[in-house]
Amino acid sequence: MHALPAPRSSTRAFIPRTSMEPSEDGSFQTHRSRRKRIGIALAGILFLATIFGVVVLVTLLVDVVTSGTPWLDGRFITSFPSRNPGEAGIKSALFGSLWLMGLTALISVPLGVASAVYLEEYARDGWFLRLIQINIANLAGVPSVVYGILGLALFVRFAALGQSLLAGALTLSLLILPIIIISTQEALRSIPSGIRENAYALGATRWQVIWSHVLPMAAPGIFTGVILALSRAIGETAPLILIGALTFVPFLPRGALDQFTALPIQIFNWTARPQSEFEGLAAAAIVVLMILLFTMNLTAILLRNYFEERRAGS
Amino acid sequence: MSTPPSPPSKPADDETTTADRPAQDLRRQVYDSPKEKLIEYALGACALVSVLTTLGIAAVLVIESIPFFQTVALTEFFGDTQWTPQFSEKHFGIWALLAGTLLVTVISAVVALPVGLASAIFISEYASKWVRKVLKPSLELLAGVPTVVYGYFALTFVTPLLQTVVPGLGVYNALSAGIVVGIMIIPMVASLSEDALQAVPDSLSQAAYALGATKYETVVRVNVPAAFSGIMASFILAVSRAIGETMIVTLAAGATPKATLDPTQSIQTMTAFIVQVSKGDTPQGTIVYQSIFAVGLVLFLITLALNIFANRITLHYQEEY
Repeated sequence: MHALPAPRSSTRAFIPRTSMEPSEDGSFQTHRSRRKRIGIALAGILFLATIFGVVVLVTLLVDVVTSGTPWLDGRFITSFPSRNPGEAGIKSALFGSLWLMGLTALISVPLGVASAVYLEEYARDGWFLRLIQINIANLAGVPSVVYGILGLALFVRFAALGQSLLAGALTLSLLILPIIIISTQEALRSIPSGIRENAYALGATRWQVIWSHVLPMAAPGIFTGVILALSRAIGETAPLILIGALTFVPFLPRGALDQFTALPIQIFNWTARPQSEFEGLAAAAIVVLMILLFTMNLTAILLRNYFEERRAGS
Repeated sequence: MSTPPSPPSKPADDETTTADRPAQDLRRQVYDSPKEKLIEYALGACALVSVLTTLGIAAVLVIESIPFFQTVALTEFFGDTQWTPQFSEKHFGIWALLAGTLLVTVISAVVALPVGLASAIFISEYASKWVRKVLKPSLELLAGVPTVVYGYFALTFVTPLLQTVVPGLGVYNALSAGIVVGIMIIPMVASLSEDALQAVPDSLSQAAYALGATKYETVVRVNVPAAFSGIMASFILAVSRAIGETMIVTLAAGATPKATLDPTQSIQTMTAFIVQVSKGDTPQGTIVYQSIFAVGLVLFLITLALNIFANRITLHYQEEY
């Protein structure tokens, strides 16, 4: 019979001092009301700290919406940037962001899902698998500006793609690849092994098992991870500045090798200007970006909740 | 087990005859057919991209900073306290940028670590199921706000707000940027610390209750210490994130590198310097252009060291229970 695991030293050091200590005359005092008061105070402090984040989020949104609304109209969406704040719009930035997101999805989703399938379904336990896993965890923590440096040296200069949409999309793809791989791995891991065994028992090959059973079942989880990763990509600014996205683009990109601007770049450019009119323009562009982002995030969260509940129910 | 598994009802592929062959043959057909092998290698190649990315980052940073270190000696890089690449008299002392980064990071840690940990404790131990359902997504939304938006918020909202409290505070200052970077990393601390708290077995807190401890005593003296290593890992990862943060400090902290610890001053971080150089028209091949790779290398090494450290702590703690 195994004994209970010994408490860790840090835990053990705390328990004996916990609560009921004999008072000076030796009688046993529980100090219940005082301990209760401390407990209530702590709960209150914790609650206030938790609410802090929500309050900041609401403040930020209210601030942006109140400064941005006066500038936000149809003309703002359908105009090119201009030196005159009254005529400036985000047409090229919005199209640039949509192009970027599409190209990034095309590159990063197949690559990320394939990597995760290999790691979960093929790779045998060993140093190679561990190396890749540690590597992916570390890549997820590399600052985005460093990815920008990589993109500048590798895609813009070495591959001679120039300051193009493709160079930007490739850079952003590398940036979000770890996120897609990690979330896809989690989705694959949640598929019960019985599904695979059943398919094998019926004579399916490994790839048939993965392609027609595992991947379709993991699809909602993979989809959620992909949306969250893409919403990270669409808000990234620093890597795009590094690879040289332009700030003044009075045309629409017609192909993946065209120069471009993007919403975050436009926001950065307008925010950095001293004139207060541009501050309003920046706020209006932020509203557009946030609407895009919140739609994506909410879709992902709702999707996840829906499938979590369905799984728990079944 | 005398009856062999009946063959599948003829899938489109070539597997119909496998049922009566020996198991080895079956295995070869299923796992080692050319098509299956090809798929395995193709997927493996995709997985290698992540390794190549790391190698690519390291190679680019090292190779591109070699010309820089041929001009600027390491003794100057780590010995000087001034960073003035744009001036006629150029100094390349990384300490000026490191001090700016450190200042912003410390301020952000002071904001984010207590608030994030408190949020984690509240969500994990106190909140009802319904409250959790509201709080967690809103923290996730907070985490999803792009950093350039936080930069706008720091410059146009937090700085004017602070100026009413701190007299003589400039438009660009480390305080405002640090606070907003802190707000940005709160969700990260909260979510990772909450995972650590959730991993503490119920038996520990039940034992504490059985000894007569109240809820707060159990939480503060049992759950939090038991999750300590996971919480530390979340702190380190969040600090690493703060060090690498770029847009908030570029917009709100200024562009004057100086080795100061006064939070009301305008400073420059490593990341903001890299952006400043690359958004200007600095010609390739100049020493200023080369310097962004050297700064990038220092930044990469610092964040990598912190991330590896945090991951080691996490692995250690996973074995604990």
